[in-house]
Amino acid sequence: MYALTENLGRRVARGIDEFGYAALLLAESLYWLVAGVLRGQPVRLRAVVTEMMRIGVAAIPIVAILAFANGVMMALQGVYTLKDFGAESQVIPGLALSITREFGALIVGIVVAGRSGSAIAARIGSMQMSQEIDALRVLGVNPVRYLVAPILLAMLVMVPALTILANLMALTGGGLLCVLKLHFSLASYWEAVIAYLEVADVMQGLVKSLVFAVLIALVGCTNGFMARGGADGIGHSTTRSVVLCIAAIVIADMLFTLFLSR
Amino acid sequence: MSGTRERIEPGQPVVEVEGLGARYGEQTVLEDIDLTIRAGEIHVIMGGSGSGKSTLLRHLLGLNQPVAGQVRLFGQDIARLGEREMLALRRRIGVSFQGGALFSSMTVEDNVAFPLREHTRLDENTIRIMTRMKLEVVNLAGFEDLLPNQLSGGMVKRAALARAIVMDPELLFFDEPSAGLDPVVSAELDELIIRLRDIMKITVVVVTHELESAFKIADRITVLDRGRILMTDTTGAVRATAHTRVQALLQRRPEALQLDAEDYLQRLTRS
Repeated sequence: MYALTENLGRRVARGIDEFGYAALLLAESLYWLVAGVLRGQPVRLRAVVTEMMRIGVAAIPIVAILAFANGVMMALQGVYTLKDFGAESQVIPGLALSITREFGALIVGIVVAGRSGSAIAARIGSMQMSQEIDALRVLGVNPVRYLVAPILLAMLVMVPALTILANLMALTGGGLLCVLKLHFSLASYWEAVIAYLEVADVMQGLVKSLVFAVLIALVGCTNGFMARGGADGIGHSTTRSVVLCIAAIVIADMLFTLFLSR
Repeated sequence: MSGTRERIEPGQPVVEVEGLGARYGEQTVLEDIDLTIRAGEIHVIMGGSGSGKSTLLRHLLGLNQPVAGQVRLFGQDIARLGEREMLALRRRIGVSFQGGALFSSMTVEDNVAFPLREHTRLDENTIRIMTRMKLEVVNLAGFEDLLPNQLSGGMVKRAALARAIVMDPELLFFDEPSAGLDPVVSAELDELIIRLRDIMKITVVVVTHELESAFKIADRITVLDRGRILMTDTTGAVRATAHTRVQALLQRRPEALQLDAEDYLQRLTRS
C-alpha cells in the first residue's frame, strides 16, 4: 500500500514537473519570437521555413487523403441514418457544421501529432543524448530560441493551414457522395454548404487547430528534452510524445466543444 | 568584439573553483573541490569512471548549478552572471565534447562556421576563410562537405576541436580527447593540443582517464577520486608522490581501489 501511494505520488510530481516545464518552454519561446529581434538574436527565418516544410508541406498528401475519406464516411453514415426519417438532404448542414467545427481540425491534429510530435521528440531527444544541446548552450546559443521557437511558430502557421485544406477535402468527399447517392449537382451542394456555414463555424475549427498546434509543439519538445538513457529512452519518449499529444488534443477538443456549444 | 576585454596575463588564474559541491539526488558526486587553473597552462583533470570528473566539467562550463561553493572564470562568478554577461563569457571559451557533439544535420564546414554565423556579422566569404583556416589547423582541410556520420572517430574529435577554437577562445575545455581512439590517432591529438597552446597561447583544460596522454600533455595534473581532489601538482610531482591512492591509480592496481569492507556493507544494506 505504501509503495502504491509512493509510486502514485511520484507520478503526480513528475506530471506537475513536466507541465511546468512545458509552460516555461511556451513562455520562453514566445519571448524569443518577440524579443529576439530586439536583442540581436532573432529566431532564424530559415529554421522556421525548414520546420514548416517538415510539419506542414510534407503532411499535405496524407491530410488530404484522410480528410477526403473521412468526408465520404460521414456523408455515408449521415445519409443512411437520415433515410429513416426521409430527411436525407439534411445531411448537408450536418456535414458542413461537423467538419468545419470539429473533424477538420481533429484529423489534422492527429496526423501532425503522429508525424511531427514523434519526430520532434526523437530529434531533440537524440540531440540531448549526443550532447548537442549542451554544445548549443556552451556556444552561447539558447536551445529554446534555436530549436523550440521555430517549431512553435511553424506549427502555429501550418496546423491551421492544413485544417483549411482538410475542411475543403472532407467537404469535397462528402459532396461527391451526396452527388452519387442523392443526385444533387455538385454546384448546388456547395451552394447549400455555403448557405449553412457561418464564419464563426470555420473560426471555431481554426481556433481549435491553434490550440492543437501549441499542444503538439510543447508535448513533443518537452518529451525530447526530458529523454534520458540511450536508445531505449528515445523510444520511450517518442511513444510517450505521440500518446500524450493525441490525448491532449482529444481532451482539449472536448473541453472546447463543451465550452463553445453552450 | 574582443576590443574591450582585458587580456589575461600568463600565470594569472583563469579558472578558480572554491568549495564546490554537487549532488545527484541523494548521492554526493563532488565535495569540497578547490582548484585554480592558470593562464597558459595545460591542466589535466584525471580520474577513473565515477570519479566525478564529467560532473566537475559540467560545473566549469556552467551547465550545472552547484549546491555549494562557486566557480569563477576570468574572475567572474558564473552563477551570478546575467544572460548578457554569460554570453560574453562564453565567447571566450571553447569546448570540445567527448563524443564531439557535432550537429548531425550539418556538414563539417557548417558545424565549424556555426559560432561565427550566430555571434558575428561577418560576411559569408570571411566566414568561409576563417572556417577553412581552422580546419587546416586540425588537418581536416578537404573534408568540409562531409556530414558527421561520415567521419571517423578521430576526425570527429578534430572537427569538434576546430569548432571549439573558431572564435579564438582564451580558454579551451577538452573532454576525453583520446576516448575511443587508437593509440596513433590519440597521440596525434595530444600533439595538436600542445601545438594549439603554443601557437594560440590558450589555456587548456583536459578531462581524461588516459594516463599516458595525461602525462604527455599536462603542465599540471589534478587527480580526482570519488568526488574529491587527491592532489594537484606538476606531472613530475604527481608521478613521484607517496600518496597511496594516487599511486594505485597510476599503477592501475585494482585491488587497492576496492572499497573497504565496512563501506561496502553499508552500500549493500542501504535501501
